[in-house]
Amino acid sequence: MGFVQSIGARVLAALHGLGHAALFFVGLVGVLPQALRRFGLVITQVYAIGNRSLVIILASGLAVGFVLALQMYYALVTYGAAESLGLVVNLSLVRELGPVVTALLFAGRAGTSLTAEIGLMKAGEQIAAMELMAIDPRARVLAPRFIAGAISMPLLAILFSAIGILGAWVVAVGLIGIDAGNFWSIQQNKVDIWRDVGNGVVKSAVFGLICTFVALYQGYETQATPEGVAYATTRTVVISSLAVLAMDFILTALMFSTP
Amino acid sequence: MNKKGIETAVGLFVLLGLAALLFVALKAANLTSFGRADTYTVTARFDNIGGLKARAPVRAAGVVIGRITGISLDAKTYQGVVTMEIERNYLFPKDSSAKILTAGLLGDQYVGIEAGGEVDNLAAGAVIKQTQSAVVLENLIGQFLFNKAADAGGGAGGPKP
Repeated sequence: MGFVQSIGARVLAALHGLGHAALFFVGLVGVLPQALRRFGLVITQVYAIGNRSLVIILASGLAVGFVLALQMYYALVTYGAAESLGLVVNLSLVRELGPVVTALLFAGRAGTSLTAEIGLMKAGEQIAAMELMAIDPRARVLAPRFIAGAISMPLLAILFSAIGILGAWVVAVGLIGIDAGNFWSIQQNKVDIWRDVGNGVVKSAVFGLICTFVALYQGYETQATPEGVAYATTRTVVISSLAVLAMDFILTALMFSTP
Repeated sequence: MNKKGIETAVGLFVLLGLAALLFVALKAANLTSFGRADTYTVTARFDNIGGLKARAPVRAAGVVIGRITGISLDAKTYQGVVTMEIERNYLFPKDSSAKILTAGLLGDQYVGIEAGGEVDNLAAGAVIKQTQSAVVLENLIGQFLFNKAADAGGGAGGPKP
């Protein structure tokens, strides 16, 4: 009986958490217009979230482009299809790796800092102080960060893809000696602007919303203790990453169900 | 960093992102080769479209001149109706023919258009009358076996139509 009860308790707790997060999300969306009216706050947050993630995103994108081009070359040259190297790298980056790897890095780089910042604000009772002054902390603290995350993530993902393709170009044309004209023209023939690039951008926007929301929620609902903030930061990375991977599967199935 | 510096940095970041999007769209995808160019629509009916898919290219003399926008089945004649958009600056005579061809041995299928000799050109919404269906490997093998059997049977004095 105790076993059945523990299962029930866990399911109820999970549902309770999910409902709480959903209500939190609805409340956050409700205060977004207020944050848009004070756009200066959003710009400051884009700097903190976007600009400061730029180095790690660009470095990772370049490395992924290099490695992908080298590995794909070994596989493709066996079938005499080395010319399609650019296409393979391009499609993998634009459709999948760009949005997903950027989202995982984004959760690690920007999500954790958001959670820790808001968690410490809560631990330092700054959030409570704002409420006392009749300032809605969701509109003043959370909403600008949420919008900034939603703006930054698609930009970072497309930068990741672009620098990855450039990295692949360096390896393919410079190192391996594939014809530069073929490298680009095969991509231009096969990569579709709406279906591939457009869906990639949609994906990265969805991931940006997920990662930022998870980070804000974890920070806002943290236990106001050092352990609580540490725990919330860890959970941000774990939940964001899992949510991104799960959502990626669903989005891929919806977007690319027909070949 | 002061407010102005932050705003400049964010502006640079956004511009950099847009530049990356432009780069992927123009250099690494097909926006230039086929964007929102002015097109006209023509249809063609095929007995068998094989593995033709929507968004496959339409070519004339190997040059991409359009895309296939839709494929459907005519419920009355049981023919595949292929709708395609052709760039407006390429006009074809009315008696042009459409074939379903394959790029390479195992490549994707596309529609090839061969120009006819008539004076009038295909108008928007026109139907290409002369078509040649896709080559289906099973039919080809079937035909080959049938011919072999007919040759063997012909020697023995079988009935000739």
